[in-house]
Amino acid sequence: MTIPSETAAHPETLRRVVIDPVSRVEGHGKVTLLLDADNRIQQARLHIVEFRGFEKFVQGRPYWEVPVLVQRLCGICPVSHHLAASKAMDMIVGATELTPTADKMRRLLHYGQILQSHALHFFYLSSPDLLFGFDAEVARRNVVAVAAAYPELAKQGVLLRKYGQEVIRVTSGKRVHGSCAVPGGVNKHLTADERDYLLADIDQTVDWSRAAVALIKKMYSERKDFHNGFGYFQSAYLGLIRADGALDFYHGGLRARNAHGEILFDHVDYATYWDHIFEVTKPWSYMKFPYLRALGPEEGWYRVGPLARINNCDFMTTPLADAARIAFREFDHGSATHANLAYHWTRMIEMLHAAEGIRDLLRDHDLLKNDLVVTGERALRGVGVIEAPRGTLIHHYRINEDEQIVRANLIVSTTHNNEAMNEAVRQVALQYLDGAEVTEPLLNHIEVAIRAYDPCLSCATHALGQMPLEVELIDAAGHQVDVLRRDADGTVSHGPATDG
Amino acid sequence: MAERKLRVATTSLAGCFGCHMSLLDIDLRLFELADLVEFDRSPLTDIKHCGPCDVGLIEGGVCNAENVHVLREFRKNCRILVAVGACAITGGVPAMRNNLDLWDCFREVYQYEPGTAGRIVPNDPELPLPFDKVRPIYEVVRIDHFLPGCPPPADAFWELITDLAAGRVPKLRPELIRYD
Repeated sequence: MTIPSETAAHPETLRRVVIDPVSRVEGHGKVTLLLDADNRIQQARLHIVEFRGFEKFVQGRPYWEVPVLVQRLCGICPVSHHLAASKAMDMIVGATELTPTADKMRRLLHYGQILQSHALHFFYLSSPDLLFGFDAEVARRNVVAVAAAYPELAKQGVLLRKYGQEVIRVTSGKRVHGSCAVPGGVNKHLTADERDYLLADIDQTVDWSRAAVALIKKMYSERKDFHNGFGYFQSAYLGLIRADGALDFYHGGLRARNAHGEILFDHVDYATYWDHIFEVTKPWSYMKFPYLRALGPEEGWYRVGPLARINNCDFMTTPLADAARIAFREFDHGSATHANLAYHWTRMIEMLHAAEGIRDLLRDHDLLKNDLVVTGERALRGVGVIEAPRGTLIHHYRINEDEQIVRANLIVSTTHNNEAMNEAVRQVALQYLDGAEVTEPLLNHIEVAIRAYDPCLSCATHALGQMPLEVELIDAAGHQVDVLRRDADGTVSHGPATDG
Repeated sequence: MAERKLRVATTSLAGCFGCHMSLLDIDLRLFELADLVEFDRSPLTDIKHCGPCDVGLIEGGVCNAENVHVLREFRKNCRILVAVGACAITGGVPAMRNNLDLWDCFREVYQYEPGTAGRIVPNDPELPLPFDKVRPIYEVVRIDHFLPGCPPPADAFWELITDLAAGRVPKLRPELIRYD
């Protein structure tokens, strides 16, 4: 795969500029730029610099321990890993259909997670760029300065995140690394007091979320061309979709669209994800580069997360969020639908959806019932997929007869966006830094592009994922002799892969 | 006349960011914090290197050479260094790989099966040298205080910082000392 500006021919002759660490993102990443004597960008890369090996050291642990263990992949979205692992363990204990209470408790927990994570990203991490400008002085680019300059907005941001965290605490016991889901269900239901406690602030939460959508739409519109064009490129999109085409964070089938919006595959059973998602490894990053097999390694990279979900779905189930979605899609004849910075806008639409979803769920009496866990026929393999705040999250486990994990494969949301983030880095570098004197504010432009994706580099560091890999053996005349294929669960087979 | 604010730097080494999240769980006390504290290098600011500080909060253990550089930078610049959370204090969940061979972990992730030709383990000079063991930070530098928990509760952060800002030796109430 050759990508312009990804690899310089003679790096030893070039000047290296580094952004280390990339800040106001979660986890450890750095950007390196190689420039020639005229400050022309010859190479631009986003590196993920740490390695954990979760897939290996989880082996041998009992399966029921995993939903709690894997939360420690990430302190921002522990709920996502908790739920994806629990869904995989549902398959292992044969729980094909959860009780209404279990399903709704998990959905409530997940909505709380989406709400707090999106609020954190927008208000605590990204708002300094959006409010003060990408080239504001370093000392102002943080949440404390936002609190000083815009106290009311900052207060709403803090309280929005707090509300999401409180939903998590009430359902799972702790704000960070709590425990609610267990294989086959949940370990508690909501009490009437807990429901009333959450109901007390929900209308305010919906209102503030609505205001946040209006704010980002206003900020985006005011400099429409700049925001649309910032590191612009088009891509394919991947995400879960409900059977009726609605956006659903918790469950559904896989849908992918190409850059023109045409559906590549739809309602695919996520337990067969490895028929559709392949990978490339590059020596300069611990994070892998997945691609859609249908489009091949050159063209097949794609985006996940808020922008992907809003572009992918046919509608949203809550009225305010759906109206906001339509307004986004129709904005300026659809000119924002591929924009990097449209991630901020779509993230706020999803935050509104989560707030409305919580409000609807809290009125559901099933949350108070005590029918928590089901079991069925034991299986040795389980796959759990959800839409985490940052995008599609895949957990895949195999166990042995002693109920120990023998294989684990985790493909985290940020990994899907790896090539897209690198493309954004390259595009912004070429747009703003190529031939220019490198300055700190210009380097922040690159970080702004990365931040739009809300990357969770901690997740990406901890779990690197196994996607299927095909190696073609071609003879001197160019004919295919053999195909060696390694599936996500580790099986290696010969011969051309079946069409999926 | 306002007293000088406490200058605080924070970082996450081999951790999950959960301790930083728990720090933010002080919620609206963030506004009071801004009166007591100014932030130096932190994932919440764009300051990339630690300058002279009163307090350094370190989340996460040490898993590679870069972690050592960052930790030493903090020790050199921070009057008081605090190990925050299970990973900084014991190595935590990332240290579960300590009884495994690091190369086996790499192969598990990148090479998986013999015969998948051309698979590479990332080895670019831009990637810091990974260590064979994940270590608690007190094995690398002197630590002044330990704040336990996975993560430590938001109130524990609050007491620690307000005690230090008032010039007191921090002493946690028993209910804030957690070993989850």
